Parts: sequence; C-alpha cells; structure tokens
Amino acid sequence: MEFLKDLIFLINYLLQGTGVTLGVTLIALSTGFLFGTLLAVLRVYGSKPVARFAAVYSTLIRAVPVVVIIFILFFVIASIVDLSPFLSGALALGFASAAYQSEVFRGAILSVPAGQMMAARAIGMSRLKAISYIILPQAIRLAIPPWSNEAAIVLKDSSLVFVIGVPEILRRAQYVSARTLEPFIAFSAAAAIYFIMTFLVNRGLDFFERRYRILM
Amino acid sequence: MNDETIIRVEDLRKSYQESEIIKGISLTVREQEVVVIIGPSGTGKSTLLRCINLLTRPDSGRIWLKEQEITAPHTDEDKVRQHIGMVFQDFNLFNHLTALQNVTIGLTKVLRMDSREARDKGLWELERVGLVEKAASYPAQLSGGQKQRVAIARALAMDPDVMLFDEPTSALDPELIGEVLGVMQKLAREGMTMLVVTHEMGFAREVSDRIVFMENGYIVEEGPSRQMFYAPKFTRTREFLGKISELYGENRPGEMQ
Amino acid sequence: MLDTLLLFLQRTAPELVQGTKITLQLALIALSLGILFGLPAALARVYGGVIARRLAIGYIELFRGTPLLVQLFLVYYGLPDLGLTFSRLFAASITLGLNSGAYQAEYFRGAIQAVGSGQMVAARAVGMSRLQAICYIILPQALRLALPAWSNEAVSMIKYTAVVFLIAVPDLMGQAKILAGRYFNPIEVYLSVALIYIFLVFVATQIMGGIERKMRTPGLEMEIERH
Repeated sequence: MEFLKDLIFLINYLLQGTGVTLGVTLIALSTGFLFGTLLAVLRVYGSKPVARFAAVYSTLIRAVPVVVIIFILFFVIASIVDLSPFLSGALALGFASAAYQSEVFRGAILSVPAGQMMAARAIGMSRLKAISYIILPQAIRLAIPPWSNEAAIVLKDSSLVFVIGVPEILRRAQYVSARTLEPFIAFSAAAAIYFIMTFLVNRGLDFFERRYRILM
Repeated sequence: MNDETIIRVEDLRKSYQESEIIKGISLTVREQEVVVIIGPSGTGKSTLLRCINLLTRPDSGRIWLKEQEITAPHTDEDKVRQHIGMVFQDFNLFNHLTALQNVTIGLTKVLRMDSREARDKGLWELERVGLVEKAASYPAQLSGGQKQRVAIARALAMDPDVMLFDEPTSALDPELIGEVLGVMQKLAREGMTMLVVTHEMGFAREVSDRIVFMENGYIVEEGPSRQMFYAPKFTRTREFLGKISELYGENRPGEMQ
Repeated sequence: MLDTLLLFLQRTAPELVQGTKITLQLALIALSLGILFGLPAALARVYGGVIARRLAIGYIELFRGTPLLVQLFLVYYGLPDLGLTFSRLFAASITLGLNSGAYQAEYFRGAIQAVGSGQMVAARAVGMSRLQAICYIILPQALRLALPAWSNEAVSMIKYTAVVFLIAVPDLMGQAKILAGRYFNPIEVYLSVALIYIFLVFVATQIMGGIERKMRTPGLEMEIERH
C-alpha cells in the first residue's frame, strides 16, 4: 500500500515535469526553426561570403556537444540579462538545433526543382518573393520527414537542461530518487514518460507528413 | 499587323564556360507577329529566349522591350518580366498550388491585385485555355497537356506584351501535343505577339508569320514562313527543313483544328 | 579574446589532455560495443524468428526512444537497486554502447535490406547455408552501404560522450567542470573545451572521410538519423 502511494506521488510529480519538458522542447524547436530556415536560405541564396559564413557557423555548432553549448550560452546569457534557467536552457537548445535544422532545410530547398525558381522569376517575382511564396512552401513540406527526426532528438536533448537546474522530468526523477531511495523506479518511470512522449510526437508528425505531402 | 516593335535584339552574345553559345544575334519581333525559331538542339535557342526575359544575363548586346532598353544598367528586371510571358518545356507549375492558384499568384503577389479580382481573372484565363473545370486540381493530378495549358494561362494572366515559348510541346506525349498547339494557335489568331522555339513544323508553317533558322549560335536565315518553307535561300536551311519534315511528317493526327 | 583562451589552454593543458584521452577511449569503446550489440540486433530483425525479432525491436525502440542521459542515470543510479553495481567508467561505457548499438542497428538494418533479397536467394541456390550467405554475401555488401551513416555515428560519438561527466567520469567535460570551479571562469573554460571538441570532430571527420573514400561503392544513400 505504501508502495502504491509512493508510486502515485512519483508519477504525479514527474508528470508535472512533462509540462516543463514540452515547454523547453517547443521553444527550442521554434527558435531552431526560425534561425534554421534563415541560415538555410542564406546558405543557398546568399552571396558567396554570406553563404560561406553560414556554412562555417553551421559546421562549427554541430561539432560541439549540445551540453557544452547549453553551458556556454547559459553563462553568456546570465552575464547579460537575467533569464530563468528554463528560458536560457530552451534558447541554448534552440540555438544548437538551428544548426541541425538548417541542414535539413538546406537539403529540402535544394530538392525543389530548379525550374520552380525560373518560373517564379518569369512572372515577375523578385528573388525574395520567389523564395517566400514558391520555394520555401515546397521545401518545408519536403523537409517534414527529416525534420520529425530532429524534433524527436530535441525532445530527448531537452533532458540536458537538467545540468543548469531546470526542473524538467529528469531533474525531478533525481530529486525523487534521492528522497525515496528508489532510484531504479524513479528513473524507469522517467524513461517511460519520455518513451511515450517520443512515440506520440513521432505518430503526430507521421500524420502531418501524410496530410501535407506534395506529389511531385 | 501594326508596325510597333515589341522585341528588338541587337548583336547579342552569350558564352558559357569556354564556349560561345550565342554569337551575335539580331532579331526583331513586331506587334501581333508570330515568329518561330527552328534549328538543331543545343544551338542556343533556349538561351536566346532566356536572355530576352533577362533570366540569363547576356554578355554583350542590347535588347529592347517596346521603347525600353532592358539591358541598360539599373533596369528593374522583375518589372520587365511582368510584361514578358514565358512558357517552359518542363511546365514548371508550382506544385504546392492548385491550377487556379498557379494562375493567380502572380496577380496577387506581384501585381498586388485584390484577391477576388485575381480569382475572376484567373478563372477567365483558365477558361481561355479550356481548363476552368480543373481550377481546383493540383499539378500532380493533371496530364502533361493540361499542365502546359495551365502554364500558358499563368503567363497570360499577367497580360504580357509578348509570349515566349521554349519548346512547349517537346516534353509531351504525342497525343497531348495537339491540345497545346491548339491553344497557341488560338492565341495567335487573337493577335498575341509570340516568339516560339519549336520542332513542330506543322505549327510553324500554318501559324507563324516569320521563321528564323538558327544554328551554332548564328541566324542562318530568316524570312516569311511561306518563303522559308517553299523557297529557302540557303542549302543548309533546305537540308534542315527537309530532314525535320521527314521526321515529323506533314499533318499529324490531333494537330490543329 | 582568442589570446586569453590560448593562454588558458596552455596553462591547463595537462588536465585537458587527460580528459581528452578519456573521451576518446570512451568513444572508441562505445562504438565497438555499439557494433557488438547493433549488428546482431539488426540481423535478428531481418532474419530472426518471431521472438528474436521482438526482442531486437524492443531493445532498439527502448534505447532510441529515451534520452541518453536518462539511460545513463538508470544504469548508474538505478541498477544498484536491483543489485547490479557498476563503476562509473563501466556504466558510462555500457550505456553509451547500448545506446549507440540501437542506432547502429537501424543503419545496419537499412543497409541489409538495401542489399536486396535476390542476393540471399542466389546464395542459397549455390548451396550456402543461411549463415554462410549472411557472412560471405550479405554482410560484406551491407557494411559498405552502411558506411556513410556509420561514420557519421562514429564522428558524433565524440560529442555524445560529453554527458558522462554527470556521473563524475573525468572526461573532457568532467575536467572542464573541475577547472571552471577552480578558476571561476566558466565561459572561458567551456569555450576552450568547445574548441577542443571542434578539433577532435574535424580530425575524426577527415579520418572517416578517408576511409569512406577508400571503400566507396555505388549504392543506396541512407538517411542520417543523428547529429
């Protein structure tokens, strides 16, 4: 009986962390999306120096472990402005994800047939309009499968903000395990929750992909 | 036919890497004229068209659209392209948009037309090419001939001064060629100024006012279509026309009503 | 800025080198364990009976569907509950190995399936047993096909090892944490460490690129799943 009460408390406590985890994931994915698309557009359509810079930037960020990026940005942000660990962690994760997402979008943009840009210019669209109304809408749809992969990765990497003290699922599991001295159950429960979330995210994105697939 | 010159090309040159694709071409297209460019593949015909609407920047030479010299520095290229319509060999319809949206996107995003106005115009143009019932279809759901007709409607919607056709039927199955040529013939009858690169000799003979024979980046010969077909001046022209007519035959089924 | 960094790197070189050694050792061990777990899992998924397949899928889904860090804590803090206690290094190695194995299993599986069933049929027709066919015909081709994805995993492994500092393994990150505590300059420390990782990744990429080029076979290109 005692065990059951403990278990319920544990699950409840961990589930509260789910909100935080999802929050971090969503913020990270969105900032990553915004900067990732920008980077990708710069890499494909920018002038030589700009494209070069974007490429080098992306390569460097992707060569560094996410934990290190989180640490660096956390301390840098903390020295400038007073943000909660939640926000700094989420933004840092987003910053890292942007480099990976830019690879996804770059690949997708390059997969859009070359004739699309020509046809867009032929009816008088400026380069910017052609990119915004013709290239990107198609590229984003092409990007859904590899992007879903990235989304799942960010969801799992959100556990890393643990290191700067954000009370997401893992940190809560650690707290519980310290209190109740049942680490195995605590961490297994955490793993289970992550597993279910990843599963749901993958299913959701599969559905999304099927709905918006473009037939070429 | 009026006397206003719509397109004038003067001594155009263009090279890619080491080879010169266009070696000094001069050409005029007058209002309501239908000019057909013929010649062996790879001789710069497509490049010529793409220079005319500035999709490709010529190395030297000048081009005028009506009164405006479009090769002058500081020309607003996007604005120029609003007045020149282009139809591609590979259609290049926007895959994420319906047929109607393909036609109206230029109107709403480039000409900033009101969306209801654009919709009406779009439907009108689709009607013109005989595809209004396919307005809500996506390119993937259309046949090749239908795709090309939508592409024509898309170009027409911008009310261009001249229509450029870059081998519009080369990527089509034989049975579908007729429907596209039919639309092009209709356009010509309605008085559209057209510059067409094609291998379709029947169309060239029946619909064009002038034929230009290009080879190796030069214009070998040009003249009124009647004269070109029945009494070409140069042997080479005669050779080419002879071979092509053999290959493509006289009138083919499904071609031109 | 750069010169203070370089100065710092000079001063703390011994600790950082020590940490780097551990990081690289860990990466190598994890990769090897990954093959050890991943290849059989892939084979089980493609050629195994119902039970073997289910087990393999279970393993793969479990380790791909949960964060590495959670797995690490589970193994190091949780398993002792069940009587299984491991040293830090062992726990880190085994967890990284199991984790990598799950991803490698998918790369191998994709490659094996890309080889095509015709090859197996032809091999059996010549009289080979299933095992022989797998060893002499399927795997040699599959391993070549899997190389691009695998070398991506290999290079990235250097990054994945970074989290083990959280169970106090003295890898590069672990040293970084100690140094940051000692000199009170976290930004400098972690930037220096970032530079070292960039260097390691660069070198690893060159090495793997060279290997890939040596073994290039025209074939399927596989989707890269991880960072």
